[in-house]
Amino acid sequence: MTYLKPIFRHPKLPKNKLGYTLKEYEGGISTLCAGCGHDSISATIVQACYEMDIEPHLVAKISGIGCSSKTPAYFLGNSHGFNSVHGRMPSVATGANMANKDLVYFGVSGDGDTASIGMGQFVHAIRRNLNMVYIVMNNGCYGLTKGQDSATADLGSKSKAGSINPFQPVDLASLAVELGATFVAQSFSGDKQQLVPLIKAGIQHKGLAFINVMSPCVTFNNNPGSTKSYDYVREHMQATGTLDFVPEEKPIHAEYEEGTGTTVSLHDGSEMKLHKLALNWDPEDRVSAANAIQQARMKDEILTGLLYINPVYGDLHDIINTSDTPLNTMKENTLCPGTEKLDTINAGFR
Amino acid sequence: MGGGNTAMDCCRTSRRMGGESVKVVVRSPFKDMKASPWEKEDAQHEDIDIFDNHVPLSFEVENGKLIGMKFQKVEAVYDDNGKRKLIPTGEPDVFIEADEVLIAIGQENSFPWIERDIGLEFNEWEMPTVDKVTFQSTNPKVFFGGDAAFGPENVITAVAHGHQAAVSMHLFCEEKDLKQRPAPFTKLFSTKMGIHEWSYDSPVTIDQRFLVPQAEKSLTLVDRKKEVELGFNLPTGFKEAQRCLNCDVQTEFSTDLCIECDACMDVCPTSCITFTGNEPEEDQLRQKLLVPATNKSQDILVSDTLKTGRVMVKDEDVCLHCGLCAERCPTSAWDMQQYFYSVTKAGSI
Repeated sequence: MTYLKPIFRHPKLPKNKLGYTLKEYEGGISTLCAGCGHDSISATIVQACYEMDIEPHLVAKISGIGCSSKTPAYFLGNSHGFNSVHGRMPSVATGANMANKDLVYFGVSGDGDTASIGMGQFVHAIRRNLNMVYIVMNNGCYGLTKGQDSATADLGSKSKAGSINPFQPVDLASLAVELGATFVAQSFSGDKQQLVPLIKAGIQHKGLAFINVMSPCVTFNNNPGSTKSYDYVREHMQATGTLDFVPEEKPIHAEYEEGTGTTVSLHDGSEMKLHKLALNWDPEDRVSAANAIQQARMKDEILTGLLYINPVYGDLHDIINTSDTPLNTMKENTLCPGTEKLDTINAGFR
Repeated sequence: MGGGNTAMDCCRTSRRMGGESVKVVVRSPFKDMKASPWEKEDAQHEDIDIFDNHVPLSFEVENGKLIGMKFQKVEAVYDDNGKRKLIPTGEPDVFIEADEVLIAIGQENSFPWIERDIGLEFNEWEMPTVDKVTFQSTNPKVFFGGDAAFGPENVITAVAHGHQAAVSMHLFCEEKDLKQRPAPFTKLFSTKMGIHEWSYDSPVTIDQRFLVPQAEKSLTLVDRKKEVELGFNLPTGFKEAQRCLNCDVQTEFSTDLCIECDACMDVCPTSCITFTGNEPEEDQLRQKLLVPATNKSQDILVSDTLKTGRVMVKDEDVCLHCGLCAERCPTSAWDMQQYFYSVTKAGSI
């Protein structure tokens, strides 16, 4: 009876700019089912943070309920974490982000956590454009309670027990675009090549970066007839384009055919280079993005890649014009300047 | 005199037979001595001095009685090919007092008693010419094994020679081709017993080798029959056994069972599994792995093409046999299988 991860690593494991290997970004060994898509997403987050040279202690990962929300235990073991309650991840993330805007925030959620109990929270996190990467590990079922259909299960999708889902699904990507999310992407846990640059771009994006990741539940929703199985997602994936995330200091020249490439500049000078595959789609045009998602749905395709981005909107701190200094680093006398100051302010309203 | 394991036996037995001052004198430098490192360690532990770089010159006799030996001091010089020469240092010769000298400088094969006209060829060192596979000499009815075949080796090798020679003799008596030998018996079988349960001890330990406890010198030096090494106690023995690298347990991959969830690639502590597009050249593929596989003396395992067109590539060089790939595989496409090998023997043993 063994389940320990040896401490040995490959002696030639490459190091990033901070001198860290992937090991410094790993978490505990997963207790999810073997082959769970969520584990792949965890590995992708590890890879993205490693490649972005992020100090692990400058990351906070916050989650809600479900298998998806267990995953923060399995990546970034040296980072801050908070496993909140059912659907309340955005509230806790908002509080943390308000107190310390200098951290990288990962909100880790699932289809049940976001599309059912946490729907209200999800909507308002988008409305406020909280600066975080909001990842939904979407497997279309409640894996933790033995695979009941969730709100993102497609109409007509067959469960492992054989029942057909009679309800319309909540399309989280469409909803996010509709609500005015400033970064909406969709991907598949089995496609790290697409997901790593998306997460990197999401980290760099100032505002809420929503990434809906199809993540097959290998135990309860990987059967023939399911629309969230490895095989189904692989067969029905349709990428909007291939994405290269280019940090400011590292210009690269991607070879794209004339007229098929788009460059999106982010607030800090870094760029996203997109190799567009989908026709009549412009990642900076909300209507075009909404159309592309709807058209793909009509064809039973899952549109993946970056769907929509608004790089100039500004995050919650910009909107409500908070101090440049994070609140948690301010001294008490700055935060509570005293009765005299309060009197002056009150006098201003008289 | 001498620096092999026999010399170590001689000096340590001398201590037990009443020798109060026992010295080992050897021509080669300490590090080149033939004795196993632990044998040298044990001798020194029993207060035996080892004088290296001393070449014997003469036995010194006074009034018809041995009083000691004279030695020349040398140093070892190695040429570009690593061949050693012992060069005198020019220091004065050394006299070491002794009541008794035991000579333990090895033995050589010598076959003066074999007639040279019976169709048995001898090589430049007067050793018989023996086939490395069949152990047959140039006289087809004569077979050699052990030290007599290819010079000094250990007893395990000699026993193996005996088995192979026996197979040859059997084939010879049946008038069959000696080179068409029966294959050894091999078998791969799964070690999976249940969830997280394998029939081998899969966790990788970080322990260094444990020292074997020894009986007190005051007891062992007065009684020749007293066992020196006490052996491990149960807990230490268990820990020492857990250091086993499980080389016999292989990672077996079944392409048709794999659903490409990447779980094995994600969990592998040494990043030795990569799913990637194949390359026409092995060298290109080796460079494409998560960590490039640069040790070409170790094979890489490349699967058949998977559903998505990729292949699974495993760099055997860094595999720890920890079994995590198989633990995290939802479809048992990975399995930890024990390799069993039984050398061909002439009889049923």
